[in-house]
Amino acid sequence: MSWEPKIVGFLCNWCSYRGADLAGTARMKCSPNVRTIRVMCSGRVEPTFILKAFQLGADGVLVLGCHPGDCHYTEGNYKTLRRMSLLKKMLAQLGVEEERVRLDWVSASEGDHFVSIVNDMTEKVRALGPFRQNSEEEKHG
Amino acid sequence: MEPKIGVYVCHCGSNIAGTVDVEQVAEYARSLPAVEIARDYKFMCSDPGQDLIKNDIREFGINRVVVASCSPQMHEPTFRHVLQESGLNPYFFEMANIREHCSWVTEDREKATEKAKALVSAAVRRVYYHQALEANEVPINPNTLIVGGGIAGIQAALEIADSEHKVYLVERDPSIGGHMIQLDKTFPTLDCSACILTPKMSLVGAHPYIELMTYSEVEEVSGFIGNFKVKIRKKARYVDEDKCNGCGVCQEKCPWTADSEFDVGLAKRKAIYTPFAQAVPNIPVIDKEHCAYFLKGKCRACEKFCERDAINFEQVDQFVEIEVGNIILTTGYKLFDPTPLTQYGYGRLDNVLTSLEFERLVNAVGPTNGKISLKDGTEPKSVAIIHCVGSRDANYHEYCSRVCCMYSMKFAHLVSEHIPEATVYEFYIDIRSAGKGFEEFYNRVLKEGTTFFRGRPGEVTNVAETPEEKGKLVVQFEDTLVGRQRRIPVDMVILSCGLEPQQDAEEVARLFSVSRSADGFFLEKHPKLDPVATMTDGVFVAGCCQSPKDIPDTVAQASAAAARVLALISKGKVEIEAATAVIDEEKCSGCRICNLLCPYSAISFVEDKKVSRVNEALCKGCGTCVAACPSSAITQKHFTAEQIMAELEGILV
Repeated sequence: MSWEPKIVGFLCNWCSYRGADLAGTARMKCSPNVRTIRVMCSGRVEPTFILKAFQLGADGVLVLGCHPGDCHYTEGNYKTLRRMSLLKKMLAQLGVEEERVRLDWVSASEGDHFVSIVNDMTEKVRALGPFRQNSEEEKHG
Repeated sequence: MEPKIGVYVCHCGSNIAGTVDVEQVAEYARSLPAVEIARDYKFMCSDPGQDLIKNDIREFGINRVVVASCSPQMHEPTFRHVLQESGLNPYFFEMANIREHCSWVTEDREKATEKAKALVSAAVRRVYYHQALEANEVPINPNTLIVGGGIAGIQAALEIADSEHKVYLVERDPSIGGHMIQLDKTFPTLDCSACILTPKMSLVGAHPYIELMTYSEVEEVSGFIGNFKVKIRKKARYVDEDKCNGCGVCQEKCPWTADSEFDVGLAKRKAIYTPFAQAVPNIPVIDKEHCAYFLKGKCRACEKFCERDAINFEQVDQFVEIEVGNIILTTGYKLFDPTPLTQYGYGRLDNVLTSLEFERLVNAVGPTNGKISLKDGTEPKSVAIIHCVGSRDANYHEYCSRVCCMYSMKFAHLVSEHIPEATVYEFYIDIRSAGKGFEEFYNRVLKEGTTFFRGRPGEVTNVAETPEEKGKLVVQFEDTLVGRQRRIPVDMVILSCGLEPQQDAEEVARLFSVSRSADGFFLEKHPKLDPVATMTDGVFVAGCCQSPKDIPDTVAQASAAAARVLALISKGKVEIEAATAVIDEEKCSGCRICNLLCPYSAISFVEDKKVSRVNEALCKGCGTCVAACPSSAITQKHFTAEQIMAELEGILV
């Protein structure tokens, strides 16, 4: 089988996980590359989880939360937003392409939005190629 | 105890097995660390499926369980219960969602199977690190808050209060009654709306278990199921509720008027007013915006004539704090404003009315005492009713508002009843008359001689092209059954406007932490099986705030919400998630970063020890503090870093 991007998706329990469920219930077809991990709030996502994901062979990491203002925990997603922008700066310094990490918002009623994010992310990561290969090239550089 | 994991891969008939090679997934699971047994079965949620797990726990000493099936939103409670029945802690369970997130969204069998394996591997590695947890049990405060005093709120309030449990009914207008009290007749039985509603309103007003707060709005909500704290603003009425006996003299004497909201601007009301004669409570309010005393500092006519000294210009808004166990939102809808559809001329052409305006016009106690009249006072000889205004329209609302076909036909009947010689035309896209007695009513209106044209009008104009059209409103449309353009001159046009979310639905949703669906209405927990609950435990929805619906459906949903609340009250307690945060005081450096992060102020700083501490009763388990702690001193139970890291490792095999 040819190479397929492996993307880890951290989904909050209240909005985005349910949005993903809705995509399934409505039988919307989407690329199977995003594998989901449920957290109660996107605010639970530690930056180390994302680094660890890359270390373990992920080609991309997707973090999805409730839309700004709609967080089940009032403002957890704002904390995520702040944390992610810092992390993105750091990842850029480490040479990780910007498109490999994405923070976005999906509500419980947005199955179609979830699908479009997953498909878009998959294609962007596919275009970048495998993450490991990059580091290996660098290693043997 | 060394973990012994049992993995159960569900076929879900062909829902999963049709796309995922379940046997291969089970086979693969057997190769994973600490997996003792892996099976695949047709329906894991069925009794035999559950028995499989129970037997394995008994016979093989399985002490951790992974079920790969549907979303945990569906069956996590089912399987946790299975563990509990088998004497295991229910938290030694993990679900791999290989249906919604896998078989239903993937067509390629090979890729779906690959993904299912990864999800199972993640669940297995995660469950290895699960710890036994005890769900926290909290008592349910037996008081209930209901927000919105339309028919939904009235119904729910009465159901709960009749069981002798206290209800706070908050309504922002001066009286309860909602939209229903504005309506004339109700389809399809043609009961008079006020006649069937006012008895209920009176009951609410007099009920010993209902504390009615009209002219009031909810300002703040905190807490959680069983234990909400709510702050309510009681807007100043400038009338002392305890002194006023509702005699109405003040309204007679008040020299100032404003457009009546109740009569949607078709009539005037005084600056001190009750919205309508049967208002509950029958206590007026002073509209500051139109009161001469507030505007110019002079008048006070109402005060002079009030025999009970009930007028109080010094009154200020009051804040009341209440504690309730459950909340029902019954905030209703807003009628679509047809002004943007300029082609129909609403607001520009005389005798183009909205449906609510017509309701008031035809109402026996309305501004014309029930006489259907044109602006010049004469009776219309022909009336056009245009369906789907703002509904089923990509530019406004995609959804069908459900009630407009029926109320449009009710209008046709009422016109024929009031003016037998009048001709009525209905312009429809489709007739939607699904409901008890609805189709029969449609047939009745057909028999009464109403003409139905299938076609959405393109324009309503007063520009005449023929002598017959002179002085008339002309409806230009394509008669799609005949396949040609036609022009129909009429005297009056009624726009059957759709129902949309209240203007402040977004803020209200935030206030009560409920989600909204794409159309803006409040989102129910499950569209089929949990249509009255929301994602926030203890907050329920009923009526048109959830989606457009008619009165019978609203009443049914309100009763259902009341039943749900009563079930919780009768149990008296509820289990809440054990996934709270805990701080390891040994590791805590006392930096206090977490203190400020917590939206629930659940983390406090212990001065003498110089460490932070989580109040588990307040913690809702979001985990934001956990991710932020620079010393990794905070753990979220059931979402520990160890568990998530293990899950990551598994998902990326």
